[in-house]
Amino acid sequence: MTPASSAQAPFQNKLLPLLLLLPQLLITVVFFYWPSVQAVQQSLYIEDPFGLNSEFAGLANFTELFRNSSYVDAFLRSLFFSAAVSGLSLGLSLLFAVCADRVVRGATGYKTLLLLPYAIAPALAGVTWMFVVHPSIGILGRALVAMGVEWNYLLNGNQAMALVIFAAAWKQISYNFIFFLAGLQSIPHSLMEAAAIDGAGPGKRFRDIVFPLLSPTAFFLLVVNIVYAFFETFGVIHAVTSGGPAKATEILVYKVYSDGVVGLDIGGSAAQSVILMLIVIVLTVVQFRFVERKVHY
Amino acid sequence: MVENRPLATFFAHLVLILGAVIVTFPILFTLLASTYEGSDVASGRVTLWPGTMGLENYWLALTSGARYTAQNPAAHMLLNSAIMAVTIAVGKIFISLLSAFAVVYFRFPGRMLCFWVIFLTLMLPVEVRILPTYKVISDLGMLDSYAGLTVPLIASATATLLFRQFFMTVPPELAEAAKIDGAGPLKFFWDILMPLSVTNIAALFVILFIYGWNQYLWPLLITTSGGMDTVVIGMKKMIGGDDTQTDWGVVMATTILAMLPPIVIIVVMQRWFVKGLVEQEK
Repeated sequence: MTPASSAQAPFQNKLLPLLLLLPQLLITVVFFYWPSVQAVQQSLYIEDPFGLNSEFAGLANFTELFRNSSYVDAFLRSLFFSAAVSGLSLGLSLLFAVCADRVVRGATGYKTLLLLPYAIAPALAGVTWMFVVHPSIGILGRALVAMGVEWNYLLNGNQAMALVIFAAAWKQISYNFIFFLAGLQSIPHSLMEAAAIDGAGPGKRFRDIVFPLLSPTAFFLLVVNIVYAFFETFGVIHAVTSGGPAKATEILVYKVYSDGVVGLDIGGSAAQSVILMLIVIVLTVVQFRFVERKVHY
Repeated sequence: MVENRPLATFFAHLVLILGAVIVTFPILFTLLASTYEGSDVASGRVTLWPGTMGLENYWLALTSGARYTAQNPAAHMLLNSAIMAVTIAVGKIFISLLSAFAVVYFRFPGRMLCFWVIFLTLMLPVEVRILPTYKVISDLGMLDSYAGLTVPLIASATATLLFRQFFMTVPPELAEAAKIDGAGPLKFFWDILMPLSVTNIAALFVILFIYGWNQYLWPLLITTSGGMDTVVIGMKKMIGGDDTQTDWGVVMATTILAMLPPIVIIVVMQRWFVKGLVEQEK
């Protein structure tokens, strides 16, 4: 990731490029770096909710978090949530992509429909699924209740978790589908034909040719999906369950919001932000170091 | 496919139909429910056949909002969403084009530093630094304004990287020729580089418009007055605590209205959207 080599630098001007970069740099510094530095700083202080008093506390906010069972629970819950969302979404979209790669007739129609969730806001994705499975207004929810299932995600934490996992995974299907399909279609046709002539059936071809060639794409998508599940599903959770019932769906991003914005625990929320930031940095580095070099579209 | 296997093809169609049903069902159910009287929805009387209240629900949603909960008309919220989405998309594209142009076509002291300053923002998503960013906006007096809603989301490392990558594939001879013909850098940028970038800009616009339209956490924090609600936020506010007091027909009509613009854009600009997405992540 370095800028163009010196071969391409036709314009000699020292001031103009800086002027061109100014808007981007200004926004970046004011809205990205400044708040991030503040988050790190606040995480080292204990402040009362009204901001009148603050006291240097070293790493106390961090140790407090990990001594606090509700944070550890939210951490483990986030891991489970993101594993479930990524697994479900990757699995389904790979299946759809393999099928879409195979069919000729109606392919465009299927593709268009499978792209729809991308257009829908996470919060709306959550809410539309909530409409469907709501125990009193939803067509599926009512059917479950009528069958004698004790279905009520408003009271049952596991059911609430299942609902937000499903809505979040549903929303991500389009994205994974596009990349899997592009990956499948970039596998040379002659390779598959040669294997078929050598007597390899579809199952063997998938295992020995398609799977290895697709695995860099799959790995890239796995990282993207984990990032998505960790950071972009706030809307799903806020709109559907608000972290409840009894914190059953409170993942880390939601906890930063509820502790900081609602609970006004500035230092604790900042410490959580810093931990999240470290997670993003690790994931981004993994994505660029290991994925950029290996994935070929 | 390699060999002709009718059974496998049949199975593929079956899976895809199932996939299409899973993907469209919640949207379809919401659409159906939006044509029913609120009380019918609340008591679960929605069937797979449209009701008769469609026009009334959508009219009510657009012009006055749901009954029982004080709400803004969706027309106003849709306008807010449109302003937000277009400003973010245009702003991101504009400042990214300028930055990429500066980084690729000039050599100047601090160039690498500028590049890394932009690049590292990939690691600072807004979700991660909620409170301090809120504080910055509040200190700058930008709460409850379109500027507060959009400007902080306009910096974009990915768009800058994308344009940088694209500019590097443009033959350097073009710039040399422009220079010999006496064109300055800005003239070259505007008359030669811009027309070449049109497809990339269009592809990116689709993605960024949807990104801006679907924002949730940011508008939730930054806007408090109802008049600034985007439709995604306003829609959620309509769902009251008590099911029977929620005007479900109108709520669902508003949900459909909130989904419609990005869906239309994806369906109409499908090819560009896919191109934009794959290129952006490259």
